[in-house]
Amino acid sequence: MSRRRPHEEDDGYDRAYRKRRRVSENQEIEDRLESLILCVGEKSTSSLESNLEGLASVLEADLSTYRAKILRILTDCAIRMPEKCTIYTTLVGLLNAKNFNFGGEFVEFMVKTFKEALKACKWDPARFLLRFLADLVNCHVISATSLLQLLDNMIDAANEDSVPQVRRDWYVFAILSTLPWVGRELYEKKEQPLEHLLVQIEVFLNKRPKKHHNALKVWAVDTPHPQEEYLDCLWAQIRKLRQDNWAEKHIARPYLAFDSILCEALQHNLPSILPPPHHDSYKYPMPWVVFRLFDYTDCPEGPILPGAHSIERFLIEEHLHSIIEMYHLERKDCATHLLNFPYKLKIPLEYCIVEVIFAELFHMPSPRYLDICYGSILIELCKLQPSTMPQVLALATEMLFHRIDSMNVSCFDRFVCWFSYHLSNFQFRWRWDDWDVCLSLDSEHPKPKFVREVMLKSMRLSYHQRIREILPETFAGFIPQKPEPEYKYAKEAEAVTLPGTAAAHQLVVTIRQKCTPEEVLAVLKDLPNPRSEEEVDGRFNPLKIDVFVQTLLNLGSKSFSHSFAAISKFHYVFKILAESEEAQICILRNMFELWHNHQQMMVVLVDKMLKTQIVECSAVANWIFSKEIGSEFTKNYLWEILHLTIKKMNRHVTKLTGELTEAREKLARAEESSDSESDEEKKKQEDAEKPSEEMVERMEEKLEAAQADQKNLFLIIFQRFIMILSEHLVRCDTDGKDYNTHWYKWTIGRLQQVFLAHHEQVQKYSSTLETLLFTQDLDPHILEIFQQFVSLQG
Amino acid sequence: MVSIGISSIELSSYRDQHFKGTRSEHDKKLRNSSTLYVGNLSFYTTEEQIYELFAKCGEIRRIIMGLDKYKKTPCGFCFVEYYKRADAENCLRYINGTRLDDRIVRTDWDAGYLKGRQYGRGKTGGQVRDEYRTDYDMGRGGYGKLIQQKLGTEVPTFLR
Repeated sequence: MSRRRPHEEDDGYDRAYRKRRRVSENQEIEDRLESLILCVGEKSTSSLESNLEGLASVLEADLSTYRAKILRILTDCAIRMPEKCTIYTTLVGLLNAKNFNFGGEFVEFMVKTFKEALKACKWDPARFLLRFLADLVNCHVISATSLLQLLDNMIDAANEDSVPQVRRDWYVFAILSTLPWVGRELYEKKEQPLEHLLVQIEVFLNKRPKKHHNALKVWAVDTPHPQEEYLDCLWAQIRKLRQDNWAEKHIARPYLAFDSILCEALQHNLPSILPPPHHDSYKYPMPWVVFRLFDYTDCPEGPILPGAHSIERFLIEEHLHSIIEMYHLERKDCATHLLNFPYKLKIPLEYCIVEVIFAELFHMPSPRYLDICYGSILIELCKLQPSTMPQVLALATEMLFHRIDSMNVSCFDRFVCWFSYHLSNFQFRWRWDDWDVCLSLDSEHPKPKFVREVMLKSMRLSYHQRIREILPETFAGFIPQKPEPEYKYAKEAEAVTLPGTAAAHQLVVTIRQKCTPEEVLAVLKDLPNPRSEEEVDGRFNPLKIDVFVQTLLNLGSKSFSHSFAAISKFHYVFKILAESEEAQICILRNMFELWHNHQQMMVVLVDKMLKTQIVECSAVANWIFSKEIGSEFTKNYLWEILHLTIKKMNRHVTKLTGELTEAREKLARAEESSDSESDEEKKKQEDAEKPSEEMVERMEEKLEAAQADQKNLFLIIFQRFIMILSEHLVRCDTDGKDYNTHWYKWTIGRLQQVFLAHHEQVQKYSSTLETLLFTQDLDPHILEIFQQFVSLQG
Repeated sequence: MVSIGISSIELSSYRDQHFKGTRSEHDKKLRNSSTLYVGNLSFYTTEEQIYELFAKCGEIRRIIMGLDKYKKTPCGFCFVEYYKRADAENCLRYINGTRLDDRIVRTDWDAGYLKGRQYGRGKTGGQVRDEYRTDYDMGRGGYGKLIQQKLGTEVPTFLR
């Protein structure tokens, strides 16, 4: 036995971290079964049919001992590998043929899981389970009649009154998405009930409101491809499938090979399943609009891209999206699996992949994963397929640019960010001359604006000189300003005549001598206040702010770190000077005066000032809408600042909400257990940990205050939007001009963006907004944006 | 469902030799860290460029540029601290192995910034790797320091 030396590597933490596996024989067998089940259908030397046969025999032998485990594994496979649905239904079919009882138990287990999924609002698992159950009809495990009964119950749920539209829509969507699998079987055996079901669905679809449709579109116009609402699209695809007599050719159906065995099996009837009633806490999936970029004419010779209304298109897209979902945490695996798509020889794979990835990136209201997730997956795809992927991506970029005139603002931003990021990984190589249409368009037109914003973002990822190098001579006007400060008190300028010059120079000397904040205030003390006598409120002296802010930030201009250190060192001075919203806006104005050519610097400075509570969110919002920076109003960076401000406020509220909930729970638990706790020691410890009623009360007050601030912020923002847009509309009306200028389109787009990007938080204040701001007498163009937002909550 | 290779967010095999503590204390810190080491930067890559790229994974608490111990100029690495570990994980997933300033950057977990760790540990003040490497890297001062010393300031044409 060796003596342990101090600092021996293997201490308790390590032991605890390394999982100890108590390997018993049973466990080993369970693991082997699990791995056999999970891997069936993967690459193998034997045929799928023989693998399924073999596996069914192995499992049959183990049914008595490992029944529970097998039920769970198979159900898990149904949920987590929906693309292998037919493989597992075949397996279950074979097992059912061998052991009727097992078949019954499996159906029962799956039905239970399905009901739990509906109750737990796990919508995708529920839909995949439903599809699995439907496909079990094809395997003679479940009777068609009982499946139709379930689908009828779901239609009834869809036709309920006083429930959210999104709930009703989901039930119809779930039914429709099973029909590619089981449509043919139902058509052959139960044509009338199937027809009846479809008629009910059609009636439902014709009645349903789709006010959200416009809000979720990527482009405002429907050429070259209509942007269909997701349910409308699927219905069109199902209708076409029905026209083709449900002859569905895409899905692989291993059970066909076992027809003689399976049709000997006895079927089970599904128990009566009633969808759980709606509960206010339930959240349903949001509707979406189907993104289409390519049609078959865009893909050169080779496999044909299935048409927009073919069921194949739906199945392929769903499968590709689920690959992304499964591997989004490992970009290399994701790219590999996308390129190994099982039906890749039948379709123009790169086009489908690119379309699906952009569909996610441009998804409204927001993409489900980080923008950079998609960007980095695209880079991996280009690495793995260098002879085809980059070209398809370039074509997609071209097409997106070509149609950018009608692209919504949120997608425009994402497109800018993605393209500059992508270029930065490929030495910024692009044929800018191809886009020389930009040279003859108004600078506010989306095309030249796109190039300009891409250059600004690209400059952030590289440097000014680089941008000069990558643009052709003709595009010289698109080179951004050099991101340098413009310090008006610099000795060279005509600074001598400015009222703050002397103090500014003095301040520079003082700060360089490593002075204290008090000494800074002393330098500023004697600066006159340019505001008139009556207005003087306390300490707000715009000249002091001017000299201090511009001088300090100029001294810290070398890098972000230098600026942050400066702000931190003289935070006290900021707090003294920024004692009112007006003063805070003054600080922001002076920051702008110094740094207006360095957008990225302004973004990080505002962020820092919010973080250190030098300025409040409301001050930033009011500054953004102020006339003084009207010239910047349509520039992306300003909205970058607004959204980071809103997000900060949202995060603050979310954090306090979380803390309060936790505290309340702790309190409730402690009170519960203290009634039953006999152990004195434990009681003391719990008492020490539990929050006091007072603490909880204080947290409640804090949260209330934060929510009031949040509400106020949204009110300010929306009110300023309404004012500025109404002003424009009235003026155009008076002057007899067309209101639909570029400025108008950008501005109304930015309004919509605020609603969509923050809809979860904004919806808390919907009724206030409706009562105070978005009233019926508002211009219909503006009111429409609000109504679209409201419709999202369904 | 079959994953190829190890997870992007796992600990690498590198351990800072200067870490004060046991291996398992070190590992614990790495597993709870929201600080990343970023390597293979050019000497000319700025804090601003790093901010722009790394902010795509989440809110950055701060960036600490790696500096030459004597010259106090950037020597090709930095630390990026996030507020949330989840954001640092995303960095390992989506930024590690992609380009910044035209160079493939490498990101790895770091146990946490301490005063002094921002300096290169090579004999001549930069990173150790720049002492001994034999390739010519324009973004990292040209040849490795050892070679530069051996050849003096004059680099023969056949080696340029």
